Amino acid sequence: MKVSDKDVSYVAELANLELTAEERARMLRDLNSILEYIDRLNQLNTENVPPMAQVSNRYAVDDSKQGSEHFAYAMREDIPNGLRPSLPREEALKNAPDADGTFFKVPKVIER
Amino acid sequence: MVTSSETSVAARAKYEPVIGLEVHVQLLTASKIFCSCSTRFGDPPNTNVCPVCLGMPGVLPVLNRKAVEFAVLAAMALNCQIRETSIFARKNYFYPDLPKGYQISQYDKPLAEHGWIEVTTKGGIKKIGITRVHLEEDAGKSLHEGFPDAAEKTAIDLNRTGVPLIEIVSEPEMSSPDEAYEYLTRLKEIVLYTGVSDVNMEEGSLRCDANISVRPRGQKELGTKSEVKNVNSFRFIREALEYEIDRHIGVLESGGRISQETRLYDANEGKTYGMRSKEQAHDYRYFPEPDLLPLAIDEKWQAKIRESLPELPETRRRRIVAEYGITEKDAIVLTATKFLADQFEAAAKAAKNPKRVANLVQSELAGRLKAKGLEIEQSPISMNGVAMSADLVESGVISGKMLKELYDVAFERGKDFPVVYEEEGRPEQSRDTSTLQKIIDEVIAANPKQVEQYRAGKKTVLGFFVGQVMKLSKGQANPQLVNELLAKKLE
Repeated sequence: MKVSDKDVSYVAELANLELTAEERARMLRDLNSILEYIDRLNQLNTENVPPMAQVSNRYAVDDSKQGSEHFAYAMREDIPNGLRPSLPREEALKNAPDADGTFFKVPKVIER
Repeated sequence: MVTSSETSVAARAKYEPVIGLEVHVQLLTASKIFCSCSTRFGDPPNTNVCPVCLGMPGVLPVLNRKAVEFAVLAAMALNCQIRETSIFARKNYFYPDLPKGYQISQYDKPLAEHGWIEVTTKGGIKKIGITRVHLEEDAGKSLHEGFPDAAEKTAIDLNRTGVPLIEIVSEPEMSSPDEAYEYLTRLKEIVLYTGVSDVNMEEGSLRCDANISVRPRGQKELGTKSEVKNVNSFRFIREALEYEIDRHIGVLESGGRISQETRLYDANEGKTYGMRSKEQAHDYRYFPEPDLLPLAIDEKWQAKIRESLPELPETRRRRIVAEYGITEKDAIVLTATKFLADQFEAAAKAAKNPKRVANLVQSELAGRLKAKGLEIEQSPISMNGVAMSADLVESGVISGKMLKELYDVAFERGKDFPVVYEEEGRPEQSRDTSTLQKIIDEVIAANPKQVEQYRAGKKTVLGFFVGQVMKLSKGQANPQLVNELLAKKLE
């Protein structure tokens, strides 16, 4: 068992999740089974394989371009509303549980 | 301000403070870092927002090339090494002004590292290391007060969400609040020179957090630190650090232990307060941002960015001192902003005698500004005005005395020199030879002994006559002309 009940509670708290005892038990089981599966990867020799955080830099990129050019397509120029205009405020606030027409409103935040 | 008691003064000598600073600087791009919303300050709340910066599901960030270039330029100005490939990371925490629930930042592979800046301290020039400079996005703004429902609710404006920031982290290498103050002053000046930010603390485009700990002098190991946040001026940071140093020493001396925590500074009370944060609030669970490609800044791009790196304040100061023969102190004033230094140098170079421009700034401008309590940027007389006045003196059109008078008038009326010179009818020192001749005749008649000496070959007496004539003309006469006429008359 890699993950303990304490770990589950800790991670749940960080994620702002309130879990019942039943849910915690299920999470414990699921997380451990995921990590066991991941463990199988450790059987592979990855000594000469660089760590990969994104797949996009392997598959979506023009390999004939090197250095900064390699990823240049994924950047934009500094033009306000160049790609997509800002939303009208009315629309921006529309889905908020609470708003006053100007601001989003949230329950009082006391500390930072 | 904290007033140290007798005991804490004695105790203070036993301890050495260790200070490190984290400075956030907003970059002056026109649009946000990952979307095209405007970054303009002061726009109506929640009008510069879009699905990307609101953290709607399914959106993708697209990196602003200019933000990268600005960050690299600032890092270069801070003597950092630029990492050819850096990556973005998610910093996870919950706060209402962070709609995504994470901030896109950089973690284990920041944009730049290993920099330094020079700071003048009591013990001379000291190099303060810069650990890292990385790119990240700003959060929104929470407004806690000023609303009828403020007792129950906090208002959120997300215009600032996604404005590009650089975070500049120093090494824990400052050992007094004064050094920290000096570091911030120099840092601000350098960033201002690069033009990547307006570093305006009131508008929040420069923000600073301070890490502070104390250790017994001679001990290598660092003490437990506290972090001071929410400080909105360099002066307050210095005060907050003074307070914290006393607090740490007080706790340690009475046998207590410092707990690692974040504290807020209350400028009105001059005190810091611990926040009731939970310990795990510091577990940000960073992981690589899957929505963004690695940031590759190859040598070619770096070289191109480096071309726009201006001469930096310290280098410029040294050059100006050497080139115009002014004092170090005046050079600091004249190079306080790039704008001012540019103006000064342009004026000095355009003038017939660059040194005279520098001298006038020192001898005539500085004192008048000080008397009026003005900064040099607020001077009624511009650098161009100084250059013009210098040329008028240089070519003998006006006398030094007239220049002083014209400067007085300019300060009285709050107008630049060229304007005042016109308003006063383009005055010139006297070239009217008939009046001058009369004065010269008087002087010669009144000093027969000196006339004799002169005619006997003691040519140095001429200086005496010139002085007398100048005195009688109330300084209005052109000394060169007086010289000529006197010499002729005395032959």
